[in-house]
Amino acid sequence: MDDMKQAILDYVRREYIDEDEAGEVVLDENTRLISGGIVDSFSMVSLKRFIEKKYAVSIPDADASPAAFDTVGSIIALVQRFKKEA
Amino acid sequence: MSETNLRHATAARPAPVAVDYARLRREITWDVARRELGYTDNATLNLGYLCSRRQVERGLGTRTALAHEDHEGTVRRFTYLDLERLTNGWGAFLAHHGVREIDRVAVLLDRLPELYIGVVGILKTGAVAQPLFSAFGDEAFAQRVEDSRAVGVITQHKHLGKVRKARERLPDLKTVIVVDHDASKRPLRDGEVAFDMTAAACDDFPIARTYPESPSILHYTSGTTGKPKGALHVHASIFAQYLTAKVALDLKDDDIYWCTADPGWVTGTSYGILAPWALGVTQVVLDAGFSSDRWYETLEKHRVTVWYTAPTAIRMLMKDGADLPKQRDLSALRHMCSVGEPLNPEAVHWGRQAFGLDFHDTFWQTETGSIVITNLPGMPVKPGSMGRPFPALEAAIVDPVTGDPITEPGRVGMIAVRPPWPSMMRTYWNNTATYLRKFLNGWYICGDRGSLDADGYFWFSGRDDDVINTGGHLVGPFEIESALLEHPAVAESAAIGKPDPINMEVVKAFVALRPGHSPSVDLELEIMNFIRKKLSPLAMPQEIEFVDRLPKTRSGKIMRRLLKAKESGQEIGDTSSLDDE
Repeated sequence: MDDMKQAILDYVRREYIDEDEAGEVVLDENTRLISGGIVDSFSMVSLKRFIEKKYAVSIPDADASPAAFDTVGSIIALVQRFKKEA
Repeated sequence: MSETNLRHATAARPAPVAVDYARLRREITWDVARRELGYTDNATLNLGYLCSRRQVERGLGTRTALAHEDHEGTVRRFTYLDLERLTNGWGAFLAHHGVREIDRVAVLLDRLPELYIGVVGILKTGAVAQPLFSAFGDEAFAQRVEDSRAVGVITQHKHLGKVRKARERLPDLKTVIVVDHDASKRPLRDGEVAFDMTAAACDDFPIARTYPESPSILHYTSGTTGKPKGALHVHASIFAQYLTAKVALDLKDDDIYWCTADPGWVTGTSYGILAPWALGVTQVVLDAGFSSDRWYETLEKHRVTVWYTAPTAIRMLMKDGADLPKQRDLSALRHMCSVGEPLNPEAVHWGRQAFGLDFHDTFWQTETGSIVITNLPGMPVKPGSMGRPFPALEAAIVDPVTGDPITEPGRVGMIAVRPPWPSMMRTYWNNTATYLRKFLNGWYICGDRGSLDADGYFWFSGRDDDVINTGGHLVGPFEIESALLEHPAVAESAAIGKPDPINMEVVKAFVALRPGHSPSVDLELEIMNFIRKKLSPLAMPQEIEFVDRLPKTRSGKIMRRLLKAKESGQEIGDTSSLDDE
């Protein structure tokens, strides 16, 4: 679980946060990614693709809502749900 | 708000007065706006003055101009007197740093108060404000500022890296103004200055003596081919923005108004800064990412009465259902409008169910500067229709070859507007030839196809070119294809709009790879992120299909039409020019 959390946090930091502001952004499993403006709804697709590839899950579009992707915590819950259902 | 409460709130709202469209066409003229804004022939006209100082002179100094809420829920309120003083401070600062009339000053900011107030400050100096979408990637930012030759960029630390990367390409850029600098942040470099808007506020500033035809705003918009084009607007645009906001958005003196568009796009400037402040109303800005709950909370908390939003946002709200809004007290909300792309009938029906109100679709574009075809308050809304021409102007469906008006109901032609109207762009910056090609037989041709019905309502059919409308924003395929070709793995590329239930279209790219590269999910992700950072999240392909080759004409032109037809399941049509070797 910690590995998953860290991997997702590292990906978000690398792909969605400008290196110039990296030191100023507090990023943890509760940081609001979508509603906090770090990842917009269009960029969410690339985050979804990353999650699906990394954890070999397929997340239906209907479940890939901004709310479900809003925190690393909620993303982990989504991955676990669809891993079980697979 | 429960179903019962929604019914009560709906019943308590005053019934919209049925509109007499013919009467409106006689009575609503641009002269009404000129008169109400106190303009007389040959007088000076300045948007910065109209949006700030004039409201104080009218006795509205203590009225809230801006209620700004950030993503943490902190609300800052700015009165019209604050607006006057803060924009004076902007004007003085810009003038001190050499900004002169007609100079372009780009603004690359998140939805901070400095963005809204800074634009008005720029206008007070007589310079041209160039608002930019803050999520633009490196190339998208650099291209637009390179073309405009802006002398100044107003930004924040978060986006400073982007500006610095582009600096070498921008020899005209003298000053980068950073609005959130403090000692805890990394040092500023030569040519970068800190600006504290609050500290700089002052009581007076000599507003530039601009005139109706003086340049005011430069907004870049994408086309099928070539780089984005800068649509240049003038101070006279306010006559159209003011009147359309008053009549189509129905903004009244005591309204609390929320326009959800970012000022980097024309809606967020015309109807998120200029029109509401020229009218002297209170407006709300939410600087936070999208969440249905947060949006309903905003409507409730601020007692929003008029709401101007986008079909993409409405469809995202629809996904979360009609029960959420009913848990809120939205009894203050009395009028809702949408903009950016055609509003599908399902969204109108849903709006009735969720709010007891109709979403009124409005149609216009960067080049028109203000609403040209619209559903008016009191006019029966036909779900899916754009509405009728705004009463002060003439719009039609015209033949694409001759430019002659088509009156036969249902026959598809080009949506057109009769020039002039006050907010019509005056040119494309550095691109007069393309500007002149927008006119046919005395009509301005919007680039969209549509038809009329027997009642004179307009119905959208589609774009007449390959421009992609995603989430209500236009993205040019050429820009995306050019950027794709810069990826080391890409040999050929094509970008089309793929139908999407939420965004109307999303970008889909077709990519042929260079030798030594193989299709993979990793590569798809890498290319997606490459485009997102280079151009913008909107331009990022939501899907990449790797192909061996792209369909091209014998002269080598990529036939996007074929790709699009296949994607939409439509007839492919004439393939006689296809190079099928």
